[in-house]
Amino acid sequence: MLRNFQLTNRQSPITILLLILVSLAIPVTAFAQDADPTAPTDDEVNAIAKEMYCPVCENVPLDVCGTQACADWREEIRMKLAEGWSEDQIKQYFTDRFGDRVLAEPPRQGFNWLVYVVPPIAFLAGVIILIRGVQSWRRIEPVSVGDEPSPQAEEIPADDYVERFEEELRRREQ
Amino acid sequence: MTEAENTTGVEKARESSRPKWGQMIAWVVLLLLLAIVALGLKRTQEGPVSVGKKPPAFELTTYQGEIISSADLKGKVVVLNFWASWCVPCEQEADELEAAWQTYKDRDDVIFLGVAWSDMDTKAREYLDKFGITYPNAPDLGTRTSQAFRIRGVPETYIIGKDGLLAHVQIGPFSSVSQITALIDPLLDQ
Repeated sequence: MLRNFQLTNRQSPITILLLILVSLAIPVTAFAQDADPTAPTDDEVNAIAKEMYCPVCENVPLDVCGTQACADWREEIRMKLAEGWSEDQIKQYFTDRFGDRVLAEPPRQGFNWLVYVVPPIAFLAGVIILIRGVQSWRRIEPVSVGDEPSPQAEEIPADDYVERFEEELRRREQ
Repeated sequence: MTEAENTTGVEKARESSRPKWGQMIAWVVLLLLLAIVALGLKRTQEGPVSVGKKPPAFELTTYQGEIISSADLKGKVVVLNFWASWCVPCEQEADELEAAWQTYKDRDDVIFLGVAWSDMDTKAREYLDKFGITYPNAPDLGTRTSQAFRIRGVPETYIIGKDGLLAHVQIGPFSSVSQITALIDPLLDQ
């Protein structure tokens, strides 16, 4: 039996060459069948997933969430990409099914506007308050201890009550 | 004191007596924002809907395309079960829920309704096929129903009596068919 498989001297170079070619061609063909060039890559899936959150794992972006629910969502994104859906269409699909809260950046509508409007307004208000505060501090004239009383201070009319109080003290001392 | 100084003093007095609209608007806006934040916090701090109270209204479109509204279920005992295909504890009670449904399915006054929460349609349908679930099931579109019921996870089951009031809240899976029937049977005589 073994003899049948032994190569003759005449056949051997051609057969060996053919065998080498066939052995090289098989894995290349297999690889070509496995890898679909149109299939979405993990990076493409994660580029969309990182801008989304699933309701199950709050505050964990979809691209790094390790739960089965998030894995299912990523798989759905992959399927939609393979079907030729755009990023916006996929996000809209998830929003329709699970609400606005799946989006990392809420759509600019309704109460969501507060998220975009309040922080800059609060920042501007803070800057205005700071500027006015600095201006009011500058208006206060600095008075150092031991200085002669300023003419303005002398012009301040005396308080009747203080005057009467001092008069009473003087009378008692006498 | 000169006339000019007097005039300046009067102007200052007028300025100080004028209402400061800017400040007033700022305070109103601040108070409104605080009120919104307070309402949001209050809502998140609330637990599930209370037993004995009227549960929230809902409308669901089943995987078969049938629209089921809570308004149409008046006078029936409703078993509203929130589940998900990725939820392992949900699998523990799937057979029990279906078996319980089989005991009531011929009655007109009991309905079981499954709500798939945060689930993909394909996965949800596979789950229903896997456990042979025959009672109506629907996706929770926009997570509106789960938010209305303020669920905190799955599985959660809400049993509503014929009087339209919430009779029982089951957090976590049912452990047996008898546990489910023991909750439903007393409600049939209402």
